[in-house]
Amino acid sequence: MTRLDFELQFARGDFLLAATARIEAGVTGICGPSGAGKSTLLALLAGLLKPQSGHLHFDGDTLIDVRAGHFVPPWQRHFGLVFQDGQLFPHLSVRDNLLYGYKRLSPAQRRFELQAVVELLEIGALLARRPAQLSGGERQRVALGRALLYSPRLLLLDEPLSSLDERLKQQILPFLLRVKTETAIPMVYVSHAQAEVDYLADRVLTMADGQLQPSLATRDAASGLARGSAGL
Amino acid sequence: MTLSPQEWQALWLSAKVAACATLLCLPPGIALSWLMARREFAGKALIDTLIQLPMVLPPVVPGYLLLLLFGTQGPIGGWLQQHFGIVLAFNWKGAVLASAVVAFPLMVQPVRLAFRMIDTRLERAANTLGAGRLDTFLSITLPLALPGIVAGAVLCFSRSLGEFGATMSFVGNIPGETRTLPLAIYSFTHVPDGEAAATRLVLLSIALALGALLASHAIARRAERRLGYHDPRGDTARARSR
Repeated sequence: MTRLDFELQFARGDFLLAATARIEAGVTGICGPSGAGKSTLLALLAGLLKPQSGHLHFDGDTLIDVRAGHFVPPWQRHFGLVFQDGQLFPHLSVRDNLLYGYKRLSPAQRRFELQAVVELLEIGALLARRPAQLSGGERQRVALGRALLYSPRLLLLDEPLSSLDERLKQQILPFLLRVKTETAIPMVYVSHAQAEVDYLADRVLTMADGQLQPSLATRDAASGLARGSAGL
Repeated sequence: MTLSPQEWQALWLSAKVAACATLLCLPPGIALSWLMARREFAGKALIDTLIQLPMVLPPVVPGYLLLLLFGTQGPIGGWLQQHFGIVLAFNWKGAVLASAVVAFPLMVQPVRLAFRMIDTRLERAANTLGAGRLDTFLSITLPLALPGIVAGAVLCFSRSLGEFGATMSFVGNIPGETRTLPLAIYSFTHVPDGEAAATRLVLLSIALALGALLASHAIARRAERRLGYHDPRGDTARARSR
């Protein structure tokens, strides 16, 4: 079943992004060099940027329809976004960071509880600390936990490991795999590191010069689950 | 050092006027600072100039303008008196307004800088966690700007304590009503044997200004520590991540 369906065009200065895809459940990796437009695409999906034209549907909901003047703001999309450098709120403790999105949900919308996420990501010892007292790897795990506790319909991960060294990346990747298998939240994972994407993704799209294309390395190409872009 | 009842009166009135002027400046100060830091719009340079204007004008000028506008014969003052029974000229409420007008630019500068320094990606992160614009402003932007807001409030309070020219022009020098510390010092220097009282009030003014600045420093440090700017354990954690 198609969960995310979009056709988006976005221009800023000389940069032009044009992306079309239908994405199913599971993890969709988007790979490409720096400056290709991967983060811009995630910002468009999250609602942090407005496209000049196009549409975006998720699970039957229309989130963007430029022609009809329809745009659902990020706080009403219920998507989680994990940023490259965590973006933890410096004035809040780890516990309050984790609960920031959770507190803004009605009890019926809450799929995960603090204790379960804390155990999943092994961050129980960090709850009373401030973000400035965390290492890079700890910060990213807390950022992931904060997005999970928001019980997102779709989890967007924007190069979540790029600021970490190789040792920390190897520590975090298994946590991401656990999130994938234990929560079953559909994810879009953006990275310039092909190995990370191969490790996690069920299918891979490639972004180059603002254009989204199906990757030759798409792992489930045979099943036809992912169909990326222009030309498909 | 013991103070006479008159000196106590001047001290109490100054504190009351400065505190009220600071409270009066805070809401528009925060709103205008945010607007100037975050939005581009036609006429921004003009509004910026008008905000800063009281700082470069001789204080008597805003005082006289206040008298023209808010005096009982003035267009705003007359309307306030007629409809609400509020009289500002020649009473302590007018002193609050005069102090607020002159001290306002000093509040806006640090608050505006504080808003400009906030990483807007944190606000966008809050948006993706279900926080709308007002919620994000109250839960992220405002707490992160707190050190700047404290600094602005203390500067505003200190400037209000020292306000002389605009107060004298707008509300006069009435003992117990509008005679604040600077006006009392001025009055004591003009009466025989008033030097001792003037000196006491000068020393008191210096102590108050120092106290306010030290308190501001302590509050700002505490707020910055909460934001993780001065955390020795943070260095340890960062070293560990390397």
